[in-house]
Amino acid sequence: MHQTFDAALEINLLHANQAGADRNRAHFDRWGITCLNVMSSPGAGKTVLLEKTLAALNKTLKIAIIEGDMTTELDADRLRKYGVPVIAINTGRSCHLDSKMVSGGIHRLEHEYDPNEFDLVFVENVGNLVCPAEFEVGEHQKVALLSVTEGEDKPLKYPVMFREADCLLITKTDLAPYLDIEIERIEANARQINPQVKIIPISAKTGAGLETWLNWVRSQLQNSKNPVLELTR
Amino acid sequence: MHETDMTKALMMTVRDWWESQEETPKIEAVHLIVGAFTCVEPVSLEFAFTAQTQNTFLEGVKLNIKETPLIAFCHSCQQEYKPEYGLQYSCPTCRSPMEDIRSGRELKIDRIEYSLS
Repeated sequence: MHQTFDAALEINLLHANQAGADRNRAHFDRWGITCLNVMSSPGAGKTVLLEKTLAALNKTLKIAIIEGDMTTELDADRLRKYGVPVIAINTGRSCHLDSKMVSGGIHRLEHEYDPNEFDLVFVENVGNLVCPAEFEVGEHQKVALLSVTEGEDKPLKYPVMFREADCLLITKTDLAPYLDIEIERIEANARQINPQVKIIPISAKTGAGLETWLNWVRSQLQNSKNPVLELTR
Repeated sequence: MHETDMTKALMMTVRDWWESQEETPKIEAVHLIVGAFTCVEPVSLEFAFTAQTQNTFLEGVKLNIKETPLIAFCHSCQQEYKPEYGLQYSCPTCRSPMEDIRSGRELKIDRIEYSLS
């Protein structure tokens, strides 16, 4: 007789990915590293943001990049110019990074460098406003970028990304005067969905907002490792 | 289409369960609960599931998706409301932002139907 049974699982569909993300985060914690997952649609300015961030923090902090946005090999090369390890992940045709891919990057960081020396790892996710929001990679904070040229309505249309973000950078603000756009309205739309999100308007070109962003990054560091920074903050 | 990766993630999670069982069960159906406030499109997920499970331990397994609506709770008004996806997420009465999501973020495997040979 054919008898069927029911197993009540009630577990997250992405359970396997989540477990991998927790393992990655445990590695980062053991090494005292803060991991920031940087996400946006293609062309919102992730790479230039990282360039400016490296230029400013490179001297005082030990930083590594896990580079998932391999639409061009140029991204990784641009960042290597700052003398930091850039671990390029082959994402194939995947539209986001998952915890397994990032785990591969962590292994390389562990074997090719001394991970205990590092303070900060940026994961540059694949350019996409949808999927990366659902796939945790082991980050401590999620950073979303939205450029002013993308339009005020994007938080409303892609709400999951903006709900999940801990920090939202409104980028290319230097272009705002040439567009029919109000930065305040982008902020208001994002806050409807995520009242807690830290919002920073920024222009990599003029440097406006950069210091606010850098201060936010500094405030995310794992304290035990930077007693000096802790005192000066 | 990221439902391809979603399916891959789903298959990994189901495989973990399947391999943890003492007797190797024959999986008949997988029941999911998918919220409206997720990045998953049920129709695309069904399509991807059928295609990607071919020649795997899940071939021919039925995928059942139950959708849940987006429901938020307004603390000021002490009541639930349904945000208008893509238009308005704050409370329609007092305009407070969407603080608590009561339903719509679900992305889970509710249960698995299986038989033992």
